Amino acid sequence: MAQIELDNIQRIFQLGDSEVHALQDVQLRIDAGEYVSVMGPSGSGKSTLLNLLGLLDRPNDGHYRLEGRDVTTLSADEQARVRRERIGFVFQSFHLVPRLTAEENIALPLLLAGISPHDRKARVAQALDDFGLAKRGDHRPDQLSGGQRQRVAIARATIMQPAMLLADEPTGNLDRATGEEVTTLLETLNGRGVTLIVVTHDPHMGERAQRQIRMEDGRIDSDSKRPAP
Amino acid sequence: MMRSRDILGFAIRAATAYPVRTGLMMLAMAIGVAAVVLLTALGDGARRYVVREFSALGSSLIIVLPGRTETGGVGAGSFVTNTPRDLTVDDAAALLRASGVTRVAPLVLGNSEIAYAGKLREVMVIGTTRAFADIRNYRLGQGRFLPEEDWRRGSAVAVIGATLHQELFGAEPALGQMIRVGDRRYRVIGVLAASGSGLGMNADELVIIPVAAAQALFNASSLFRIFAEARDRDAVPAAKTQILDILKARHDGEEDVTLITQDAVLGTFDRILGALTLAVAGIAAISLAVAGILVMNVMLVAITQRTSEIGLLKALGATGSIIRLVFLTEAALLSIAGALAGLLLGHLGAWGLRLMFPVLPAYPPDWAVFAGLGTAIVTGVLFGVMPARHAATLDPVDALSKR
Ligand SMILES: Nc1ncnc2c1ncn2[C@@H]1O[C@H](COP(=O)(O)OP(=O)(O)OP(=O)(O)O)[C@@H](O)[C@H]1O
Ligand SMILES: [Mg+2]
Repeated sequence: MAQIELDNIQRIFQLGDSEVHALQDVQLRIDAGEYVSVMGPSGSGKSTLLNLLGLLDRPNDGHYRLEGRDVTTLSADEQARVRRERIGFVFQSFHLVPRLTAEENIALPLLLAGISPHDRKARVAQALDDFGLAKRGDHRPDQLSGGQRQRVAIARATIMQPAMLLADEPTGNLDRATGEEVTTLLETLNGRGVTLIVVTHDPHMGERAQRQIRMEDGRIDSDSKRPAP
Repeated sequence: MMRSRDILGFAIRAATAYPVRTGLMMLAMAIGVAAVVLLTALGDGARRYVVREFSALGSSLIIVLPGRTETGGVGAGSFVTNTPRDLTVDDAAALLRASGVTRVAPLVLGNSEIAYAGKLREVMVIGTTRAFADIRNYRLGQGRFLPEEDWRRGSAVAVIGATLHQELFGAEPALGQMIRVGDRRYRVIGVLAASGSGLGMNADELVIIPVAAAQALFNASSLFRIFAEARDRDAVPAAKTQILDILKARHDGEEDVTLITQDAVLGTFDRILGALTLAVAGIAAISLAVAGILVMNVMLVAITQRTSEIGLLKALGATGSIIRLVFLTEAALLSIAGALAGLLLGHLGAWGLRLMFPVLPAYPPDWAVFAGLGTAIVTGVLFGVMPARHAATLDPVDALSKR
């Protein structure tokens, strides 16, 4: 059984009188621990697919089974719980809360999950260490560089030890070197077993994934797997 | 589920991160609550002041006024006589026959000049009898009150108030000295103890002379009032009937006097000022509703400002109810903080009021404090519900794409 199973997924946006088929008949299997890059022209439905996989959006039709469970029929609160415990998001624009320190931003998912302050402290300290942010814990986002911000965001995305990491153009706002660094970090996490799905415009980055999906007009155009090195 | 302490902490961080917005909202709440506290303190202070002053008159007091105040429209009697008969000293004396009445004091009132050793004062002069001191509970600082004597005689003696004593005599002894009132001379036989109170007539600035002397001074044969005291509070209704009967008989069957009892006056003032306080509190409460609307708008703006944050929280697994709770807590916190600040402000204002007008017991009544705080918090939370619900229903994908 694959970790992610999408069957006949349709996502249609109503734009005035016209309908936009952001996703059409999407059929996809992703196993636990895979490293997948999603590429394709702008408007081809990459972000829509990622939002759907992250349970931030519901398909108009079709089925999404996550770890064997049909999650399309879950209630909003149950979906929130799945997001909290199984899914980590990394965004192009980091989405850090500006008034909170790096530490507090990383602790947010733990806060939402009701973890005790004591456990929180230990886990956040560990994460700061792991991501090379030990001296930056009490800095606010505007006191951090772009790369540091994205590392805080990744630390936050992984603090709950999710089963999969969804990244929508995680290096889009970073320069080449920093982007490389962030990509390496994500790959390290994938190496420890987390499923990694990265949407990217950067062919260089996309080629680093073992599995590459190309999208076109809301459909999966090609899906190629590179044999493991 | 998120711990309530963490929700509180998160809300506090959010509130303090936007000091201008937070300050504005708290100010609106504070002004509303302060207005309720201060205005009710003023209203209730006035009510208490009046009640206290009237209570000082004595609860078994019956005041007789010449003339009938019609209350039920134009009665048949009002066509018969247009000018009421004057009250006379004999009328007053006749009231002593009433079994329910223990003391009677006739009262003549006027302004006159008083002089001692070249010092002049314009004062209020009361002409009355010995019983007046007992009815009004006057205490003597020095000497004695008017002598028990024939009401028609009017010996040339005077009792003066404490302030007047101070102004005319200073440290010199006053007893036995002659003062001039109008064109007559009187020997000072007593000085009232300082009281500081007295509705309309401050006893500290009075000159009291025998009733006949005052009638001669003001060249009047009529009385301003008759003060009668019933045996006790319960005897007041019976005494009133007796007084009315006696005076009616003496005035050719005409009921041309008005009786005022403290209960009636007190009740009326109590009601009027109580209603006034309520009305004022109501007006002040409107400012609280306005504050509530401001809270709503400020929260809505806050949610627009923080849309992407809400999207993020949802992506991180916050349920709708958590989001709702977080924003509701923030609104409630601001309302409570504002209300408490307003309470402080109101009490400060009331304190200032008491400093400025020491006679006014300007304390906000408990009900007003509770109502003010309660309304502030309830409106704050109530008007916070709508924005919080709005935040909870935001679409996470849309919210995340907002910058
Ligand atoms: N909320 C929405 N309402 C209407 N149309 C939408 C909405 N979201 C996406 N679309 C449309 O769906 C299609 C797919 O959008 P999507 O954001 O998934 O593209 P994308 O591949 O991520 O593009 P890009 O590379 O520019 O990010 C586009 O045509 C877009 O206009
Ligand atoms: Mg996109």
